[in-house]
Amino acid sequence: MADAAAHLLIVDDNKVNRLLLSRSVEMQGHRAALAENGRIALEMLRREPFDLLLLDIEMPEMDGFAVLEQLKADPQLRDLPVIVTSSVEGLDNIVRCIGLGAEDYLPKPVNAVLLKARIGASLEKKRLRDQQKELVRRFATSEVAQDLQQSGFTLGGKRMHASVMFADIRSFTALVESQPPEETIELLNAYYALMFEAISSHGGVVNQMIGDGLMALFGAPLPLDDCAGRAVAAALEMSELIEQFNLERSALHKPTIHIGIGIATGEVVAGYTGTQRRATYTCIGDTVNLAARLEAHTKVARRGILIDENTQGALRDRVRTDALGAVPFKGKSAAVEIFALAPGQPA
Amino acid sequence: MDELVIDPTVYATLQSTVGAEFAAELVDTFLEEASGMLAELRSARTENHADRFRRAAHSLKSNSGTFGASRLAALARELELNGLNADPAQDMDALTAIEAEYTRAAAALKDLSHG
Repeated sequence: MADAAAHLLIVDDNKVNRLLLSRSVEMQGHRAALAENGRIALEMLRREPFDLLLLDIEMPEMDGFAVLEQLKADPQLRDLPVIVTSSVEGLDNIVRCIGLGAEDYLPKPVNAVLLKARIGASLEKKRLRDQQKELVRRFATSEVAQDLQQSGFTLGGKRMHASVMFADIRSFTALVESQPPEETIELLNAYYALMFEAISSHGGVVNQMIGDGLMALFGAPLPLDDCAGRAVAAALEMSELIEQFNLERSALHKPTIHIGIGIATGEVVAGYTGTQRRATYTCIGDTVNLAARLEAHTKVARRGILIDENTQGALRDRVRTDALGAVPFKGKSAAVEIFALAPGQPA
Repeated sequence: MDELVIDPTVYATLQSTVGAEFAAELVDTFLEEASGMLAELRSARTENHADRFRRAAHSLKSNSGTFGASRLAALARELELNGLNADPAQDMDALTAIEAEYTRAAAALKDLSHG
């Protein structure tokens, strides 16, 4: 709610102005902290989170313009809404504030009704922005989330070199039928939490979840050094986490789960598809199809993690693999060399 | 100059927004701070420090406006916009005038806030 109490920072070198502004915002139900100049304000902003900044322009040591410039250059503080309150002379100064990213400008003496309306509007905008950020964060690593915020997003594909991973739970249907639905949801939530953790800690991005299956990308939307090595490291960590998870489940006399993972590396076409209103980040191409086939083939091969030749080559013997020979896959004209990760190696 | 020493509607609005008691406290704070601003104007003038002169005038203008001290605000604004005069004697006259106006405004504000 825009009306919920917010934490504001008031920056003004003048004591009367500080007292008056803090009284006004406190009467609106917000909390206010005070700073005497721009330098102190920036120190406070970097130390604790604030929802909104009320900024004076004319100040000794560091003036409001310098504060706006520093905020703009700081990725952590760039989105902090700022309302400039000043009796500075000249329209050009007001224009300069807005140009430097100030949300709004209120001349002094500040009208209390206007102040309330502007604070409400700024907080509401911030709330929506935070919500959007949270959504992106939930499905991406912080690097990707930041990239998306910086570049915005455009529909349309880009060719990238990436590793694609598919993973799912073996015999999931039988498991679902053997237990109450609540337990299945609980199991899936725990499973996804573990998998997300392993994937994002190695720089990957989960871009699809369907039932018990997921698709993850390493090297898209952002290029990644050694994407194959990272994808394999993530897969090993996923297997290890599932083993630990199973120990806990066994102790509780619950059925254990087993996962299959397929990884392929090569060129993919990645981008946002859909409409401007509703879009999803997706990835297509032979590499994606091959990763899906490898994952499905783990059942046949009775191995936990299968990788293609490109992935295996990129590992340069850092991880032990067993060559399983060439396998003819549907949709592939030639048989494909596949490799299994040797069991029992550290993630 | 047609401006009032204190515009009663501005002060009444302040009282109704923050409460009469808080407004009176705010007046006290202003009276404590303003003598410092006036002294700063004089020393900045004597030391030929244009930036300090402008900033002190700016603060005085800003606070005067808050309490409806319109004449004081107008005088301070003039100093802020004009900056240091090439002829220091003229600034000294202006400072004497602004100090006299401040004395009137301070007395009127004390009456209003504690009346």
